[in-house]
Amino acid sequence: MNELPILSILILLPIVGIFFMTLIRNNNDQSSNNLKHTALWISFLNFLISLYLLFSFNQQDADFQFEERYFWIEYGISYHLGVDGISILFIVLTTMLVPICILASYDSIKFSVKEYLIAFLALETFMIGVFCSLDLVLFYLFFEGGLIPMFLIIGIWGGERRVYSTFKFFLYTLAGSVFMLLAIIYIFITAGTTDVSYLLDYNFTRNEQIVLWLAFFASFMVKIPMWPFHTWLPDAHVEAPTAGSVILAGVLLKMAGYGFIRFSIGFFPEASELFAPLIFALSIVAIIVTSLIALVQEDMKKLIAYSSVAHMGFVTLGIFTFTVQGIEGSVIQMISHGIVSAALFLCVGVVYDRLHTREISRYGGLVSKMPMYAFTFMIFILASLGLPGTSGFVGEFLVLLSIFSINTYFAVFATTGVVLAATYSLWLYRRMIFGALIKDDLSEMLDLTRREIIIFVPLITLTIFIGIYPKPVIDIIEPSAKKIVSQVNGKLN
Amino acid sequence: MENILHIIPEIFIFCSALILLILGLFIKNIKLINNLAILSLLIAVALVINQPYQSIYLNSYVIDEFSSLFKIMIFIGSIVTLVMFVSSREDLHINLYEFPILILFSTLGMMVMVSANDLLAMFIGLELQSLSLYVLAALNRNSLLSSEAGIKYFILGALSSGLLLFGISYIYGFSGNTNFNLIAVNYNSESLGLLIGIVFVLAGLAFKVSAVPFHMWTPDVYQGAPTPITAFFALAPKIAAMGLLVRFLFNSFGELYLDWQQIIFFISIASMMLAAFAAIAQTNIKRLMAYSSIGHIGYALIGVACVSSEGLRSLLIYLMIYLVMNISVFTVILSLKRNDAYFENISDLSGMYKNHPFTTILVALMMFSLAGIPPLAGFFGKFYIFVAALESNMVFLAVIGIIASVISAFYYLRIVKIMYFDEPKEEFDGVNIRSLQVLFYPSSFLVILFFIYPAPIIQLSEYAIKSFY
Repeated sequence: MNELPILSILILLPIVGIFFMTLIRNNNDQSSNNLKHTALWISFLNFLISLYLLFSFNQQDADFQFEERYFWIEYGISYHLGVDGISILFIVLTTMLVPICILASYDSIKFSVKEYLIAFLALETFMIGVFCSLDLVLFYLFFEGGLIPMFLIIGIWGGERRVYSTFKFFLYTLAGSVFMLLAIIYIFITAGTTDVSYLLDYNFTRNEQIVLWLAFFASFMVKIPMWPFHTWLPDAHVEAPTAGSVILAGVLLKMAGYGFIRFSIGFFPEASELFAPLIFALSIVAIIVTSLIALVQEDMKKLIAYSSVAHMGFVTLGIFTFTVQGIEGSVIQMISHGIVSAALFLCVGVVYDRLHTREISRYGGLVSKMPMYAFTFMIFILASLGLPGTSGFVGEFLVLLSIFSINTYFAVFATTGVVLAATYSLWLYRRMIFGALIKDDLSEMLDLTRREIIIFVPLITLTIFIGIYPKPVIDIIEPSAKKIVSQVNGKLN
Repeated sequence: MENILHIIPEIFIFCSALILLILGLFIKNIKLINNLAILSLLIAVALVINQPYQSIYLNSYVIDEFSSLFKIMIFIGSIVTLVMFVSSREDLHINLYEFPILILFSTLGMMVMVSANDLLAMFIGLELQSLSLYVLAALNRNSLLSSEAGIKYFILGALSSGLLLFGISYIYGFSGNTNFNLIAVNYNSESLGLLIGIVFVLAGLAFKVSAVPFHMWTPDVYQGAPTPITAFFALAPKIAAMGLLVRFLFNSFGELYLDWQQIIFFISIASMMLAAFAAIAQTNIKRLMAYSSIGHIGYALIGVACVSSEGLRSLLIYLMIYLVMNISVFTVILSLKRNDAYFENISDLSGMYKNHPFTTILVALMMFSLAGIPPLAGFFGKFYIFVAALESNMVFLAVIGIIASVISAFYYLRIVKIMYFDEPKEEFDGVNIRSLQVLFYPSSFLVILFFIYPAPIIQLSEYAIKSFY
């Protein structure tokens, strides 16, 4: 086994970065550039470490790897970290998006740069911690702790209605999560421990499962978010700064999807089976309703936010089929959405930085002034609607495949979501990029800068790579997904 | 005649208070008197730690792990108050040498409270503590608010003492004893008179811990009293009264818990809910902290209502964390000073992070901690309270608790919002006062870094409840 506590290093490195950054004075442009570079290099270093983690990960092994366990609070609640084929991908996604976010904020953040970067690095720690922790209390700590920096990021550097949005975001998620806290405490009392690897083999009674499942569901449903508790998401997205939206869509929503896979179906398979129709119904309603809502949006960010809800509907559909394909599809869909929606928000950020409006009707005919931008935007729009050859297709296809094997009607309804996605995405693209360039201020628009190209190149590469050749990703997920499915089936029978 | 040396810390505090009182007549250096008071409290900490555990004077006075831990918490509260006094005494017009002496007497009263195992010792301790506090609340004689606070506290405090004494007489009448342990042996569980006695004593004690419905004095007194004394109110007397409450209930009526559990249950829910809603509308930060402390007492009372070792353990964890968080918050309130004038409105904090980024982030984290957001210390306090509640099958109490904590998150967030999202005002020069920083930074870092290794606090509180379970 690996001797190096690599997961702890991943978690702690941003904290070390914060410590260094508090020592740097922030009084002029030069020093604020220094701060940006420091944060960028620290997060990039973290990305390299996570790549090392990915390559030293044993793909054949379905168990948790790189485990670390130390005495923490008391017997039963320990500092226990570990990754399997599912969580490792989210960790890499997180560490990849954070440097991109920091790079994207180089020009758009005009004041309090130091606090902004510190908040971002703190957020990175919490996000990595969520995906690594194999102890429920530790998980909850990271899951909820992320609210603090996100609250500040939206509240300080957000748009006009930022206070309303950030309060809504914070209180919604908090209200959902406290029930999970009670459930965790109940688990701690009945099972005597909150250790995830122990609990995966523990059998709760049917009634316990139902109550606990609902408590976890309350938290994840708000966070992922599922219809009808999604209303905080468009508000938060619209008001958040670009990088905040990217992290929100790219990683924070995935915490809940990850939670569903790891905890809801892992601990409570009977309850999950019982409530699966509810999930299917809510997911399908979410896919169709939010797609329709997305059609009428005037604000680009709102449109993408609603499309996120629809995409996360596919994720929940796939998870609760309890099939290997479904779970693989959900994970790939989450990874793909993490890349694509992040990139879409970055695309919005590009034009927002230039024109300072997100209203779709203020744009039009951008293709003649910004060809590179039009090309980038097109790739992500197509990936978002699930065109074959892009990462969006792989996830959606696997999910639809799995749902088809369960229930044909659900599959039919879910597929309409794909059509609707094509409608709103392509229409958005047409309104912004094509048409005649008639608005005067648009003719001044400059194409992508070098910094923006650096941001988009890795995202485009990944989108197309996963779309054309998803096997490496599936290979990583498959043993763990198989293990989860066999565990669930083992418990159900 | 038993050895008088068994209560050496109490005697030491008493003597140093008397000596300082005489010294104060001759020495005009108030700072020196204050420092001597701090020194004697520090010595008392060492004396308490080295005290042998025993029950003395016909079992009317108990020195055990529980009382020692409470005494140390009380000492910390008193020391913090005296340190706050140094920086603010002139501007708040409380530059009187009586201040440290009254604090010492009050501390002595609280030491008696947490060690008392007899109704009379308990009453003496309570009165000594309260009488000093009445004077302290009204110490700024030129301020109308301060005088009002003193009078209000005195009248309501006298009323509550009356209720308490009335309850004591009932308990004595129906059990024939004043000693907690003897009451437990001799009472007749059928007797209604005893129950009335418990209710009245609980009403008196609920006043001291400011639990709803006996909380009315809290916001006014918190607002009116000079800030160091407000801090003292929040830090020491509540913790002492909580210790007394636990010993009274568990030692004398441990068997009768079904009767008093419902009372605690009710005042706990009422405190949490009322505080959560009432605090939303506050504009004065000291009033807000008053409601916040009512809410926190509500949570701590869940630990009492559980009537289990987990409950008591969680109560102690909660009180320790509460103490540290309040130290941090009150030092900040005291440093909101500009050109020798103090600011107490929440709106004065507006945009504070522009001028004081480091202080503000710590304050914001304190607010998140008070709201119980992980990974800060406040979360662990609530976590253990809920563990205890669920272990005793008090699901209802736990659910009310989490709902109240979500609601109360709103008003804590409002402070963060004002500090960060609103337009900045001028700098506060009080932020740079050295003696406040000495309190502010360690307490804040304790709260923030608590999650790294919380085990010692949890073990300490398990150790401290040994005499009960």
